[in-house]
Amino acid sequence: MARFDYLEPHTLKQASSMLQRYGDQARIVAGCTDFLVRWRTGVWTPQYVINLQHVPGLGRISYSARNGLRLGPLVTVQALERHPAVREHYAALATGATSFAAVQIRNLATVGGNVCNASPAGDTLPALLAFDAQCKIVGAESERWLPLGQFFKGPGRTALQPGEILGELRLPPTPKNSGSLYVKHSPRGAMDISAVGVAAAVSLRDRGKVIDDVKIALGAVAPTPIRAYGAEDMLRGQTVTPELIRAAAQAAQALAAPIDDVRATGTYRKTVVGVLVQRTLEKSIEMAQGGQVPFEVQRRLAIQTAF
Amino acid sequence: MKKPLQLTINGELRQLFAEPFYSLLDTLRDELHLTGTKKGCDEGDCGACTVLMNGKVVTSCMVLAHSAHDAEVTTIEGLAPGEELHPVQQAFVEYGGLQCGFCIPGMIMSAAGLLNDHDDPSEEEVRLAISGNLCRCTGYSRVVEAILAAARVMRNEKELLTERSN
Repeated sequence: MARFDYLEPHTLKQASSMLQRYGDQARIVAGCTDFLVRWRTGVWTPQYVINLQHVPGLGRISYSARNGLRLGPLVTVQALERHPAVREHYAALATGATSFAAVQIRNLATVGGNVCNASPAGDTLPALLAFDAQCKIVGAESERWLPLGQFFKGPGRTALQPGEILGELRLPPTPKNSGSLYVKHSPRGAMDISAVGVAAAVSLRDRGKVIDDVKIALGAVAPTPIRAYGAEDMLRGQTVTPELIRAAAQAAQALAAPIDDVRATGTYRKTVVGVLVQRTLEKSIEMAQGGQVPFEVQRRLAIQTAF
Repeated sequence: MKKPLQLTINGELRQLFAEPFYSLLDTLRDELHLTGTKKGCDEGDCGACTVLMNGKVVTSCMVLAHSAHDAEVTTIEGLAPGEELHPVQQAFVEYGGLQCGFCIPGMIMSAAGLLNDHDDPSEEEVRLAISGNLCRCTGYSRVVEAILAAARVMRNEKELLTERSN
């Protein structure tokens, strides 16, 4: 456990300059729930730790029907879980948040941290992908926007260049007659990393009979969280039938390329991801057709344990 | 190099010096000698180190001491008002919600955090609230009963207070 120096910038630009100055020897932290574990086991050994907690304004959640959802990187997972606009319009993100770790960690962990940690199994990530989140990336001199789908480069690797920091996430407004759900499959019901996670978001037309748009995102079955574009294309514009949903689940399954690891084998994950795609599609369609699913029920669906 | 840090612990403002890499847990136990909060795993998984920070339940091993600057922290030592036990503590005693006791401070802080926000939790909500607290001894059933009982006591006390002031 190497010692480090601790810096507290007061603006993002300041943080970015510090990051640029110290290069590889510095690491940005926020909730510290990933950082402290890796530091104590010697996986991460920065000489400078730059804590973003005192940069004002980064913890804001704002929603409007016109502009959609804006999330500061320091928004805690618990704040996301509780926010009425997230629960109502981005239910898969609220269910992703509720399946995350346990309350003690959710009160510390940030959505920016979950995104920048870029674990293929991150529980907020499939929903963010399914909602077409855009990332604002801030450097000392510049700013750029990138779709979240292009932000993940591999396990633990992102598109952030030296000195760049994630400044905001923006999710476009969700259409009327839509529904979404995230289901996490893990051995335990809390404090576990997903073995498989799936988010689906569906919007319907023609009195709930036809799929207007659909997004499906798979977690923990590839080097990064991924969209199942092939399965989505099969569904768009089609009349809802059980056979179609099943076929789409199989198509999504074919896109998964899971590995064996301590939590599950690749074969197991491949099987389960198909089941979860079918389930999240069915529930999202039910919600989009006007079925009221209270959050406690969504939560029970979201946490799918192995035991 | 140690840097100055101030935070309010159990209602008392404390000023101390802490290395940048100290956790809040280590600061509570080693600097402030508040050893009620336990170190179980030191990786945010077991919940034994749970405290309230600015009203929220957190695993103190996952908090850098300097992140807690100017925060209000309540530990198990600060839960009981004066000489009497807090209703949650009293219920754990009456219902036998503990055996070896190691997980209990964290368990009680999680329960207290729940009941601060929610005075009539369902059993499911209680189990969710303690899902981040591991116990090897009890099998959780009496822990859950104790928390539900404490919730009843606290609701009754609140009703009595409201009646008296009307």
